[in-house]
Amino acid sequence: MILPPVDPNLETQLSDKTPLRDDTNFAASKIAVFQYAAVAIFLFLISGFWSLQVQNEKLYDARALANSIKSQPILAPRGRILDRDGRIIVDNHASFALFLARESLKEEHLPAIAKGLDLDLADLQAKVQRMRSQPKYYQLPIRQEVSPSDVAFIESHRDFFPELVLIQSQRRLYPQNGMLAHVIGYTGEISEAELDSPEYAKHEPGDIVGKFGIEQQYNEWLTGVDGARQVVVDNLGRVRQVVGGKTAVVKPSEPGKDIKLTIDLDLQAVAELAMDAPLDELHVTKKNGAVVALDPRTGEILAMVSRPTFDLNQFSHGISKTYWKEINDNLDHPLMNKAIQAQQPPGSTFKPFTALAALESGAVDDHFSVHCTGGIALYGVYQRCWEPKGHGTVALLSGMAKSCDVYFYTIGAKAGINNLAYYGDIAGFGHLTGVDLPHEKEGLMPSEKWKLRTQRQKWYAGETPSVAIGQGALIVTPLQLARATGGLSIGGVWHKPHLVKNIGKPDQPVTWPLNQQNVHEIIQGMQGVIEGGTGGRARLPGIAVCGKTGTAQLTSEQYAKSKGQKTSEDNAWFEAFAPCDAPEIVVVVLFERFPGHGQYAAPVARDVMKAYFDKKARLAALEEQKKSLQARWQRLPNLALPGILMGAPR
Amino acid sequence: MSKYLSPRDMDLVLIVIVLLICGVGVLQIYSATLDTGFHSAWWKQIFYVAGGLVLMWGAVRIDYHSLMHSVPMMYIASVVMLLVTAVVGAQIFGSKRWIPLPGGIHLQVSEFVKLVVILLVARYLTDLKTDELEIWEMARLAALVVVPAALVLLQPDLGTALTYMAVLVTGAFLAGLRWKYVAMIAIVALVALPVGFHFLKDYQKARLVSFMDPDRDPQGSGYQLIQSQIAVGNGGMFGKGVTKGTQTQLRFLPVPHTDFIFSAFAEEHGFVGVVVVLSLYFVMIMRIVQNAQAAPDRAGMYICMGVAGLLLFHMLVNVGMVVGRMPVTGIPLPFMSAGGSSIWSNFLALGLVNNVRLRRFVN
Repeated sequence: MILPPVDPNLETQLSDKTPLRDDTNFAASKIAVFQYAAVAIFLFLISGFWSLQVQNEKLYDARALANSIKSQPILAPRGRILDRDGRIIVDNHASFALFLARESLKEEHLPAIAKGLDLDLADLQAKVQRMRSQPKYYQLPIRQEVSPSDVAFIESHRDFFPELVLIQSQRRLYPQNGMLAHVIGYTGEISEAELDSPEYAKHEPGDIVGKFGIEQQYNEWLTGVDGARQVVVDNLGRVRQVVGGKTAVVKPSEPGKDIKLTIDLDLQAVAELAMDAPLDELHVTKKNGAVVALDPRTGEILAMVSRPTFDLNQFSHGISKTYWKEINDNLDHPLMNKAIQAQQPPGSTFKPFTALAALESGAVDDHFSVHCTGGIALYGVYQRCWEPKGHGTVALLSGMAKSCDVYFYTIGAKAGINNLAYYGDIAGFGHLTGVDLPHEKEGLMPSEKWKLRTQRQKWYAGETPSVAIGQGALIVTPLQLARATGGLSIGGVWHKPHLVKNIGKPDQPVTWPLNQQNVHEIIQGMQGVIEGGTGGRARLPGIAVCGKTGTAQLTSEQYAKSKGQKTSEDNAWFEAFAPCDAPEIVVVVLFERFPGHGQYAAPVARDVMKAYFDKKARLAALEEQKKSLQARWQRLPNLALPGILMGAPR
Repeated sequence: MSKYLSPRDMDLVLIVIVLLICGVGVLQIYSATLDTGFHSAWWKQIFYVAGGLVLMWGAVRIDYHSLMHSVPMMYIASVVMLLVTAVVGAQIFGSKRWIPLPGGIHLQVSEFVKLVVILLVARYLTDLKTDELEIWEMARLAALVVVPAALVLLQPDLGTALTYMAVLVTGAFLAGLRWKYVAMIAIVALVALPVGFHFLKDYQKARLVSFMDPDRDPQGSGYQLIQSQIAVGNGGMFGKGVTKGTQTQLRFLPVPHTDFIFSAFAEEHGFVGVVVVLSLYFVMIMRIVQNAQAAPDRAGMYICMGVAGLLLFHMLVNVGMVVGRMPVTGIPLPFMSAGGSSIWSNFLALGLVNNVRLRRFVN
């Protein structure tokens, strides 16, 4: 619709006065003012650009750089953990973890994110809900390790889902199936309490530190120094590129130092497998407890097993609530290192030390004998032998071999609690071994003083026979028993057990001037245990093995009967060393709450010792072969062979 | 039909300059939205410019005298539309400025009301036929303009409301203001300022405060001003090059394709580019003023000068903000900022100027 071009009224109104053409003249000077104003405004604007872009260009250049160039840490990998032969036990691998930045999170994005990353939407939404009360800057971890397809999804949707953040990390790669889990330990984010302690002074919130085992004990050694690189970030802090190219760094990171353990992976594997093997004889499929193997001459721990175990890699991936609950609530305590934390009565494995105390204190001599009728009344208490029929006349050798309780009740009572405690103390019972692992337990060696101090009561002589057979208040850890046995086996030199070869100086062993004749008698007795006694299952062809079985009651039989149990549950123990005359290896095995006697623990020790001597023989044979080859090579006539053939002995 | 209208008689120099500015705008929108969710903005802008040319021709066809005749109707329609916006408006970035239309288009009514205000001022002053405004005449005109301006201010959109006042001031200045009235208005304004400040929204207060002292709260309301100055300064003499401006591309610069498009342009093209484009704008405004001078009657002159005043005010406020010499008000840069409403309203204004030009030899 076209309206009439000119309003007739307007026309007449306007034509009343001077012609239209002249009518705008009144404004000419004001339009000129407007033009000057326009010039002034444009000059004002241009002067603004002049000041910013020409006069202060450098200043704003610098501010622009400060905006977009940020220093970013390059995470230093933790040191690796190797076995005594340099084989890798714990390694690292670089990985990316995926987080949701809750500051930029839009909840309507969740379905698309869940779909793209193949996550459960309900689960993801629940996680976001749970985090609601937390401060916004807490990021929500949604995937601990991303796959290449995840990365592709995240990169291609960077602008649509700015809440997806990839964070580079160095992840620990641990052995499978819980092997060595208790020795290695695990890492985790530093806690508030740790941040406050001086040991962790150089750490910052968010750092990963060792939380258990070697990872904790040698945290400072294993921790590297983070490096730095410069990156270009956008306004949301997302990295767009690395200054100077993908691999350019400002300060390279220093990896943590490697640790060489004293553990021998060959022995460790054998010990782990032996511990896991079912015992068909007793219909036992699962054994809880510990194995410790060490070299008594140095204190180097060759193998250490604790059962049940747990999967370290679960920790390395950020442990799930369900798995944590599963292992934390387990009544068999998978997180406990039984080798250093299980404090149990040693039972008959203590008898060699009872014998030592009795002989060294002069309470009895090696010809002393008793007649066992299945029990004996001492201090008004009738003490039973484990063999109700009795052992007849027994002396040190037969008493040890048959583990006759009556014999040890008697010599223990003759020696008295003070001597038992004195020599037990020398052997290290009731003291930390000082092994390089956190959370070691010290056990308990009862004595008159201990009872007075803790119970305000006098020691009754009637309590001594129980201690003499490793019961009563006496409790030990498997590592304590291994150390004590090792020191005894080499004539009274107790080395500090340790797990790491390459850090620290050799320790000062505890030496005690034992009567070597007495030691010899005890060793003879322990050899008898293997060759004709309760420990026959630990026999090894060609090697003289000494040992001692132990079956320690956890509940009294009366108690078990009152509870309606058929038999009380016992701890089965076995300690062994070999060769008897010049010991190189000590093994202690503990089956906790086991339905059989100590003899069933003997095969585990035998397997570990066999692995040790087999390996030794194999290495010796290799060495022999090498020597003979070298000798043959040297005997060859000195021919002028071409260089290329020189390296190849025919 | 008294006269045959030909597009060739339009102010082709003016149109070529405006199209050059639009071209720079499209290029800058392309660069500033690279790798973002807004990347379709550059071709949409081409579509808006093409549509703007058609609208401009439409605005040329209707004789501006007939437009003047229907000013009361347009004025009432504008006020109604602004009220409708207040009721059904889409809330974006915390203010209700847009009416959602089918097809995903959001119409910003206040942009088009600018044209009505220009026509209103022209009609009112033409009817008065005076060389010196009386104070009550001035007050009546101001009251008429304040109604839509207040509605826009409540959206809240201070920047656009101020553009209406700019048109009013331009018109009143041309109609003739006595010095004593100017002085009186100035005194009243000075007294009203603190009172007015009290009625501003919190974010508007914060913007004013941070304009005075941007480094006081660099992460908060001063952020936009500081980032804009950094981007401009970072451009230096010759600029970082298209798509190479770090502040723009890393998005430190806020809304680099709309209100802060000139910061992005300054970063990527430097002082040299800035002088070239500001010169284009300057010539554009001067051409419009020339058309006002050549206008056959007061109505035409007031229309052209209203457009010139409006565009000059936009330049001052938007570009002044970019260099940190004006507070952040959030009005677009004419013909460059991405957005259909702004482009179309500006082309319609250009149509009004040409409308006057084509009728300069009438009678």
